[in-house]
Amino acid sequence: MSATATSPLPGRGTPGTESTAEVQATSGKPVLWKTPVMLSALGIVAFIFFGLMGSDKTAKFGISTGGDFFQLPAVEVPSMAGGIVLSVIMLGLAAYAVFLKTRDRPVPTWLTITFTVLFVAAFLIWVVGGARTPSISLAGLIAGSVTLAVPLVFGSLSGVLCERVGVVNIAIEGQLLGGAFTAAIVASVTQNPFVGLLAAAVAGAAVSMVLAAFSIKYLVNQIIVGVVLNVLVSGVTGFLFSTVMQEDKARFNSPPGLEIVEIPVLSGIPIIGPILFKQSVVGYLMYVAVIVVWVGLFKTKWGLRVRAVGEHPQAADTMGIKVNATRFWNVTLGGAIAGIGGSFFTLVAIDSFTKEISGGRGFIALAALIFGRWNPIGAFFAALLFGFADNLQSIVTIIGTPVPSQFMAMLPYLVTVLAVAGLVGRSRPPAASGIPYVKG
Amino acid sequence: MLQPHIPSGTDTDASRLVRVLKLELRGITKRFGTLLANDHIDVVVEPGQIHCLLGENGAGKSTLMNVLYGLYEPTEGEILIDDKPVTFRGPGDAMAAGIGMVHQHFMLVPVFTVAENVALGAETTKAGGFLNLDDTRRKIKEISDRYGFDVDPDALVEDLPVGVQQRVEIIKALVRDARVLILDEPTAVLTPQETDELLDIMRQLKSSGTSIVFISHKLREVKAVSDTITVIRRGKVVGSADPGDSTTALASMMVGRAVSLTLDKSPAKPLEKTFQVKDLTVIAPNGQHTVDGISFDIARGEILAVAGVQGNGQTELTEAILGLQERVYGSILLDNVELVGRSVKDVLNAGVGFVPEDRSVDGLIGTFSIAENLVLDRYDQPPFAKGISMSPAKVLENAKTRIDEFDVRTPSGLLAAGTLSGGNQQKVVMARELSRPLRLFIASQPTRGVDVGSIEFLHKRIVAERDQGTPVMIISTELDEVMELADRIAVLYKGKLVGIVPAGTGRDVLGLMMAGIPQEDAAAEGHATASPEGGENA
Repeated sequence: MSATATSPLPGRGTPGTESTAEVQATSGKPVLWKTPVMLSALGIVAFIFFGLMGSDKTAKFGISTGGDFFQLPAVEVPSMAGGIVLSVIMLGLAAYAVFLKTRDRPVPTWLTITFTVLFVAAFLIWVVGGARTPSISLAGLIAGSVTLAVPLVFGSLSGVLCERVGVVNIAIEGQLLGGAFTAAIVASVTQNPFVGLLAAAVAGAAVSMVLAAFSIKYLVNQIIVGVVLNVLVSGVTGFLFSTVMQEDKARFNSPPGLEIVEIPVLSGIPIIGPILFKQSVVGYLMYVAVIVVWVGLFKTKWGLRVRAVGEHPQAADTMGIKVNATRFWNVTLGGAIAGIGGSFFTLVAIDSFTKEISGGRGFIALAALIFGRWNPIGAFFAALLFGFADNLQSIVTIIGTPVPSQFMAMLPYLVTVLAVAGLVGRSRPPAASGIPYVKG
Repeated sequence: MLQPHIPSGTDTDASRLVRVLKLELRGITKRFGTLLANDHIDVVVEPGQIHCLLGENGAGKSTLMNVLYGLYEPTEGEILIDDKPVTFRGPGDAMAAGIGMVHQHFMLVPVFTVAENVALGAETTKAGGFLNLDDTRRKIKEISDRYGFDVDPDALVEDLPVGVQQRVEIIKALVRDARVLILDEPTAVLTPQETDELLDIMRQLKSSGTSIVFISHKLREVKAVSDTITVIRRGKVVGSADPGDSTTALASMMVGRAVSLTLDKSPAKPLEKTFQVKDLTVIAPNGQHTVDGISFDIARGEILAVAGVQGNGQTELTEAILGLQERVYGSILLDNVELVGRSVKDVLNAGVGFVPEDRSVDGLIGTFSIAENLVLDRYDQPPFAKGISMSPAKVLENAKTRIDEFDVRTPSGLLAAGTLSGGNQQKVVMARELSRPLRLFIASQPTRGVDVGSIEFLHKRIVAERDQGTPVMIISTELDEVMELADRIAVLYKGKLVGIVPAGTGRDVLGLMMAGIPQEDAAAEGHATASPEGGENA
């Protein structure tokens, strides 16, 4: 009978299930050669430079610092042998990625991460092995990375909050700088770093409100507003710095710093201790902020609404959610977070404000947020990676390597480019990011 | 909360569950600038009814529903629920009052799961604002079981077929205890089979006490499910109708003049065969043979309609003729000139007129004016161009003639084409293609998303072109349209030609052929089953 092909019965379910299977089978994105090729190339580079051209010295990595409550022995690795072993494993991983591609299967995330870790390790062994004093403190390297990453993490959290709600925040740099300046001047005048911290949040929020007002209410292109804000904040803080701060440095530009708060016992755990339990208030706030933003975005009612507004504002509107108000307050909140990140420069890292103290870190934070795929945790680790590259270049320059220091100074930015362009798969920003919402 | 006008504010959840709701729109007027979209509209939706708002595209149905749903504020008039006036400041108020809406373009977040989409805006939370999606999953399952929806709460919406997405929209409304469900052109995106399923769901909802406002211009569906029909034309209620009224009567009321739904078409007088396709094969970038060894010919003064379920090679076939496909093998002869391997411009200059299947993407440039769109194929030829300069006066003059001739409803030819309604856009495309002497006319989905009044007009123009002695090829997934226009019917299945049959072939046989069953077998089976609607859903 004809029922097989053309049954007019209104049977529910059957066509749905059939086409669901079909859709799922075809919805997979095409697997690209990009990652396998990139991994292979890096593997070969590692093998030649870190392995074959490695030094014959032994690289020594200190794990414990003097303050630890128990001591671990330093790790010693023969530079050339270590480089060869690690790069061979890397080549193996790359070959597996190529194999997967020939089977039209994507490269799994664990492989990319393992590869990255191995590459960094091989690079370290090579650089340290080739240095005049082939010894560094791993604990110091990592702790320093976290310190350098603090403003980046705050900046990228700000970006996550803004983009998740549908507003592109190019003004992170301006928010950091505004926060740094305000923290310095307010803390100096009040002689209270906590008031400075609060003022930094307000300053960041104020910069963000301008972004929010222009891009949400007046529908000005968000990229342009962001860029203009960066220039504006840079100009205003620079002007006030030379006209006010320089005139009376003692009164306006000598903020009392935020002390490092050490948590007894816990801070003595090797490597982890200094990272988690030996931070300034801003450092602790960073961990809290990452967790709170992540939980907030993905586990709460607020987060569901925020993400809906950033993905499909009209759908949110028809469900009774006030799209533009949600956007405005989220962008403001993002600015406040970036402002706190900015205070790190003047209240923790350095004890005074100088022109352009944020030095482009707002843009690195932007890269971290993309590398972290618009996820607070992802952005945190991405920021750590950039902080690590930043710290590595300064340490390596100190211990004296054969690599020219100018090249090492490129490292953070090189890592940024590689990370964003190569290792990230096709990442998908919130669908309505950058598009103003107009009712009707 | 300060919502003094909403009577439901005092209701508890329990009382709302059993409440049946009477909805009345009284004198609703909505103006956009100078445009009067709704003009004193009165509609009463009695509890537990399927109330159809019938009207052509652009008649003001959607505007009216957006007013009812709180998305627009009415310029005048009031909404009454159970005879008490209410004011909606936003969709939230409307939902709280028991009104749910399924929009024509779904309001679902593609990257969210079904549960997240359903929860959005009406989240149940644990202490501290944490989402309680388990509660939402349970509700989805409950509704899904009650109506046999078969929806997985944890599936990502973007992975679901359109029909299932629509059910998610209905669940969204039901979870919010909607007592009146507005369905805005719900069948526009559905296959015939999914449409039947939806109509069935509507009946079930009605029997469980949900009133439905069904917005449509598809007469067959309206007649199948409605209890009451209100006809809207150009922003005004022109009267109510009974679902028992004849299709012709309903169509005439909707369009405002007598329409004949059956096309008045004289038998074809085919002349010489000037268009021949031989062993045509098109290979897609992924290596698939999208058109696979097709041969047919069309005579002057004849309409060949190509039937088939969407995605069986129709698009590639037309694109191959136009020169838009890269890997084309075989031969396409028009007036004994080979078209394979020619540029699109050569093909057009050989006298091929082409109406693409998606007018907004391939047929028009939405931001260009109507006048400019009308000369897209001849902007560089006299009288529109002299050397390197264009003559805007001539372009506008041409537009005036075409707009009159094709009855395009627009105040001016200088308006952007994108502002026109679907039917009027299609008239612009058709006017452009038919306004030069043709040796072959191809129209793909000539009346998709077009109102009844325009369909009639467009069909007449296609037949007129045939009667002038042009070979005409129509590609349509609507079997009704194929059967109405065709002098011969070619059926495509998976890129292959299943067969070419004469115009009088039955719906059931065609349906089977569209599923790939050859004509002889189909005819045998078709007689065996001989059901009147058979094959429609193939």
